[in-house]
Amino acid sequence: MSKCPEFLTAAALASALIAGPALANGFGLGRPALTEEIAAWDLDVSPDGTGLPAGSGSVEDGEMLFAEACAICHGDFAEGVDNWPKLAGGEGTLADKDPLKTVGSYWPYLSTAWDYVHRSMPFGDAQTLSADDTYAIVAYILYSNDLVEDDFVLSNENFLSVEMPNADGFILDDREQTEAHFWTDTPCMENCKDSVEITMRAMVLDVTPDEGNAAAEPAPVQDVKAEPAPEPEQTAALDPELVAKGEKTFKKCKACHQVGDGAKNKTGPTLNGIVGAAAGQVHGFKYSKVMKAAAEDGLIWDETELTAFLAKPKGYMKGTRMSFAGLKKDADIEAVIAYLKSFSE
Amino acid sequence: MSESSPKNAPSRRQFLTGAAAAGAGAVAAGAAGATGPDPLITEVQDWARATGDGVDATPYGLPIQYESDVVRRNVEWLTADTISSINFTPIHALDGTITPQGCAFERHHSGAIELRKQDYRLMINGLVDQPLIFTYEDLERFPRENRIYFCECAANTGMEWAGSQLNGAQFTHGMIHNMEYSGVPLRTLLEEAGVQAQGKWVYVEGADASSNGRSIPLEKAMDDVLVAFKANGEALRKEHGYPVRLVVPGWEGNMWVKWLRRVEVMEGPVESREETSKYTDTLADGTSRKWTWVMDAKSVVTSPSPQAPITHGPGPLVITGLAWSGRGAITGVDVSVDGGKNWMPARLAAPGTDKALTRFYLDYDWDGSEMLLQSRARDGSGYVQPSKAQLREVRGENSIYHNNCIQTWWVKANGEAENVEVS
Repeated sequence: MSKCPEFLTAAALASALIAGPALANGFGLGRPALTEEIAAWDLDVSPDGTGLPAGSGSVEDGEMLFAEACAICHGDFAEGVDNWPKLAGGEGTLADKDPLKTVGSYWPYLSTAWDYVHRSMPFGDAQTLSADDTYAIVAYILYSNDLVEDDFVLSNENFLSVEMPNADGFILDDREQTEAHFWTDTPCMENCKDSVEITMRAMVLDVTPDEGNAAAEPAPVQDVKAEPAPEPEQTAALDPELVAKGEKTFKKCKACHQVGDGAKNKTGPTLNGIVGAAAGQVHGFKYSKVMKAAAEDGLIWDETELTAFLAKPKGYMKGTRMSFAGLKKDADIEAVIAYLKSFSE
Repeated sequence: MSESSPKNAPSRRQFLTGAAAAGAGAVAAGAAGATGPDPLITEVQDWARATGDGVDATPYGLPIQYESDVVRRNVEWLTADTISSINFTPIHALDGTITPQGCAFERHHSGAIELRKQDYRLMINGLVDQPLIFTYEDLERFPRENRIYFCECAANTGMEWAGSQLNGAQFTHGMIHNMEYSGVPLRTLLEEAGVQAQGKWVYVEGADASSNGRSIPLEKAMDDVLVAFKANGEALRKEHGYPVRLVVPGWEGNMWVKWLRRVEVMEGPVESREETSKYTDTLADGTSRKWTWVMDAKSVVTSPSPQAPITHGPGPLVITGLAWSGRGAITGVDVSVDGGKNWMPARLAAPGTDKALTRFYLDYDWDGSEMLLQSRARDGSGYVQPSKAQLREVRGENSIYHNNCIQTWWVKANGEAENVEVS
């Protein structure tokens, strides 16, 4: 390991000596990758289990972790919320008109689920799950698909014993054989059909976004320059560094919440003007029962209440639909609140 | 303010209605029929009297405000949010073949990240003699190539499998762009590390939170794949993978990993999420094709089209569109105005080049009657773009990806066009 500095010098010398356009031993550019660096980035897991770290996790632990980290988008039972991916169900639907492709019904390899959860999830907070947590979450996803029992524990040792229902459901690209008739030297040029009828129209569906606004009203750039928006006093008093820090922390919230101009309700409500506002009042958002009750009791999102909520949402308000685990650092909470303050209603 | 104030400019929809109401006769007046002197000529206009902007008014120029509708557009109902989503190139409003970066479609899996050149690292590891780390500066010291290639998302036209849905070339065919890339062949970097004999695949991944890894056969990796850092002469845009992305000519856009951070030489494919659960094509019987990397030959008429109606009435009409093939160069494009009964060879603006967009024109004398407008591409391998019926016959309706069928626009007598399917 770590033959780096010596190697570099040697390589540099060697290429200096060759010093021509044809470098027999390459260009001598770059440096050797260190073992620790490779270990930090080379995380992919292959179908045969290559790359799996030692560890284990139970369906039971997975259920808890899933509720905290995944359910906000994927649903408590991996059934999916709104347009977010459904991870369970769909068995036997692949030949249907609208197949439901889930980990259980479609994914051919379990390694893919482990690898993806471990490296790319949770959305907005990727690469934070330990190996054991990942085993547990994957075990729970298997359980949601009725592929294992509720006392199942997934580990690197029994990983390959799990059978994926659609493992044999794939064939290699066969277009050159099954579509060989698309290769034709002499395509028809005249009288290729007897009749032509319109069989379907897009206007009937009417699902095309309206672009009228973009075309009709170019942004009046000069007006904006002439009249800078008056800054509310509250905004002016904010520490810009803290707001900037809060903006970074807010990335964890972004998967569900929008804030700023044009913000819309998503999985969570819009947050413009939320600091100091009455709880549960964002127009058009469907709040949980507990949040509605708290609103009726007159809960105001002042800094104290928000701080408590953001530290541990489910602890602060049992039954809230916000299944975010919470911000662990007080400094992060302070920064996020400062950031939210910068968006008045 | 002059009369040309953008605020008074009619929207396209208003214009359309107006054009339709005025009738073909008035619209067709054109060359012959000035009813009186044109005040735009006889009166001195503001722009001819006063001065305009000085240099540096915009140190980096954007299109003039009158072109503000030529922008990427999102189809909200397609995805759960905009962070893991796609938008569409306004191909209906562009000409030539090079797509400006600022309106070239975006596809992110965890949003477009901001990665500085000085923070950029590229790792080559796995079955190599010497695993290596390159900085951005290192990449700039390797011999460089310039190549023009199209990048098409495998899901382009994917919403149209079961029938015509979206009314506009931007939405049906806009998951594509075509740029001139400057970069280093991946082969050069792999050779620098020394690929070992057992190495048969490379696994490539990005630096963003999604990592978006894909497996590519070594043969392709050693052929024409580029590690690119410039597009159309300037740095890649953030949304296209600044500072470094992979260019995988002719193959589906998902493999063109952005923010490229690692290339691992492997014995077999990783079978990552993006090459199993997504980007696999389910056939009618429920089995699915995988490793369908090549983008088949395809074309579309970009104008006239639903977002680019005919506004000038009968007479000379430029019918134009784009054609491309992942198997090589476009050798010809045919255009039909009667829904595919009869075809006329279109004029290629320039001979087709390898795995790049080709612009075609049909200079047509429109008699003002309705048309069922189609285009059909042919490539150097002898492949002829199929009809949707031909595709469905083999693949069913659930493939999602790789829909390269012939598109039909129903152009009506008033010049408006609609996305339709024909028998």
